[in-house]
Amino acid sequence: MSGEKIMLLGVNHKTTPVEVREKMAVTEGYEPALLRLKALKECRECYLLSTCNRVELLLVTEQPEELKKKILDFLFGAEVSREQSRDYLYTYYDEDAVHHLFMVAASLDSMIVGEAQILGQIKEAYRHAAGLGCTGALLNKLLHKAFSVAKRVRSETGIGSSAVSISYAAVQLAKKIFGSLDGKKVLLIGAGEMAELAAEHLVGQGAAEVMVANRTLSRAAALSKKLGGRAVSLHELQSQLEYVDIIISSTGATGLILYKDEVKAVMRQRRNRPLFMIDIAVPRDLDPKLIELENVFLYDIDDLTSVVEMNKTEREKEAVKAAGIVDEETLKFGHWREGMAIIPTIRAMRGKIEAICWEELERTCAKMPEMSVKERKRLEKMTSSIAAKVLHDPLQYLKNDDCERSNEKKVYNLRNIFKLEDGDDDAS
Amino acid sequence: MITEINFLLFQAIIAVTLGSTAVYLAFFISQKEKIRTVARNILVLSGVLQTLYIITRYILTGHTPITSMHETVFFFVWAMTWAYLSFRWRYTVKNFGTFTSILISALVIVSAMVSRDINPLPPLLRSWWLPVHAGVTIIAYGFLALAFVGGIMYLVQEWELKSKRFGYFFSRLPSLQALDQLNNHCVTTGFIFLTLGIVTGTIWAKQALGTYWRWDPKETWTVITWFIYLIQFHQRLTVGWRGKRAAVMAIIGFCSVIFTLWGASYLLGGEHSYVR
Repeated sequence: MSGEKIMLLGVNHKTTPVEVREKMAVTEGYEPALLRLKALKECRECYLLSTCNRVELLLVTEQPEELKKKILDFLFGAEVSREQSRDYLYTYYDEDAVHHLFMVAASLDSMIVGEAQILGQIKEAYRHAAGLGCTGALLNKLLHKAFSVAKRVRSETGIGSSAVSISYAAVQLAKKIFGSLDGKKVLLIGAGEMAELAAEHLVGQGAAEVMVANRTLSRAAALSKKLGGRAVSLHELQSQLEYVDIIISSTGATGLILYKDEVKAVMRQRRNRPLFMIDIAVPRDLDPKLIELENVFLYDIDDLTSVVEMNKTEREKEAVKAAGIVDEETLKFGHWREGMAIIPTIRAMRGKIEAICWEELERTCAKMPEMSVKERKRLEKMTSSIAAKVLHDPLQYLKNDDCERSNEKKVYNLRNIFKLEDGDDDAS
Repeated sequence: MITEINFLLFQAIIAVTLGSTAVYLAFFISQKEKIRTVARNILVLSGVLQTLYIITRYILTGHTPITSMHETVFFFVWAMTWAYLSFRWRYTVKNFGTFTSILISALVIVSAMVSRDINPLPPLLRSWWLPVHAGVTIIAYGFLALAFVGGIMYLVQEWELKSKRFGYFFSRLPSLQALDQLNNHCVTTGFIFLTLGIVTGTIWAKQALGTYWRWDPKETWTVITWFIYLIQFHQRLTVGWRGKRAAVMAIIGFCSVIFTLWGASYLLGGEHSYVR
């Protein structure tokens, strides 16, 4: 293999405080940053990811040290001293870089392990880089591999399935009751921030309509507009009970606002459709005795917290499994890269062509039993020289020091043309 | 020859059915999709073998094999297996297969433990009404058994949700809505078949015995069973009984089915006693 190295440089929420991250150079968007990177002559291929929790660059280069210096200038500019920036920045090469990228894509390096957003952000970043022609054969392969690793982790482990925030916990419980949230109506009593967040999640999962009841009607109107629902007054509460499926209560009232008997009375009109209630107010708004009613499911803030705790332990267990998958895939990628080197490619190509020639020779000889030993020798010689001549030009192409194309690109082309196995088992 | 095939088929069914339950349990613990696919395929194989067994037994006995204890329980197994597979084809209910296959296996074991002798058919039962009346009734039992399994799953899941104890079963059991839908589908289908079973029975009784209804113990218990499901069916339609109440009714109803199937025959005697 040539001296090409994969280098990953970055800062994230663990190493770098937000005051520094926000000063970094990529705030103006992907395009200008990528174009500046592409202009660096040491940089063969590049890709840049910037989210609120991390800035990472993935580069292919033959002069990693020189490039790293330039990247530091590029990233931190004059805002941060070089001394300081070295503390924040982590640098990985080759296998470690691949491993880190896979960990990030699989959401194992995230602040909230298992959150699904990061994969979308990586895909977005890759679209920019690929669109500007910053990535080449190696990074294209690597990033596609990262997508499939993330997908594999998601489907083979439960890492994405468990909720680790109060509002996810609410959605999780709702799904265990209703199956799907499609078409379910939500009533918010009180327009607190947490209730808003939970309602947003429910709507994101398919809930149809959000009604907001609040003491100050203006706030209710504002929130319901934001959530695409409508405002109702607190006096209408009783009549709304008949129509809604999910109630989230978060008022600052000092006493209970909904009693067991009130709900019991309405269950018959509801034809016993289940009613899912979340009480995130302290002191509580909803009568704790409501849980005794059939088809009524009431949870307070402590219940939701215990769901979150349960999910956290579950997620940690799954993260261990996921890390195993990442290790395995990193190893596989390493094998693929080795296979991409020039020498094995030459060997594979020669093997294939010679095999074809000899196979045809054998077939012909089998049909000519009367052939003498001498004649056969002559045919064998001819076969060898055909194979050698066919191979000559492709090998020249491969060995030629051509500044236009990288070795990876050449190897990639030849392997495609001759359909050589590339030691990789998935078709991504 | 056919006797040997028949015997071997039954041995194979025991092995395959218990095997599918074991694999289903492995799936329940591990929650790996691949294992479930294997388990389901084994259950389909078991269903096919069961059908072949019934056919060979039909050839052996010369009548629909649904008159002895062994035959009835086995027919029950067959009905439940295919009721499950037909249900599975339309709806997905998480981990339902595990629970169902446990009950199927239990019934296979029961059918293996009782006498498998072939007895001559009493003249009274020599009629083409036999397969219609008994077959339809047992198919009803198959669906009602599924409703029973769903009812138990519902109660477990509801308990987890209400006690807020979110334990081992919480993540593995389906949503309450899915279980209630299962209950609705299986009780309705089972109820329709049960009604057909009763209607065909009365017509047959009129032809063979000259009277529609004779309050034979099994008939009495079937009517009790029928009323239990009728109440549930009616209440769901009118006031929307669902959830826990529907689950409890499905369990009570199924206990009544089991008593009708065994208790009424052994303890109370009558026209419907198994041929021994």
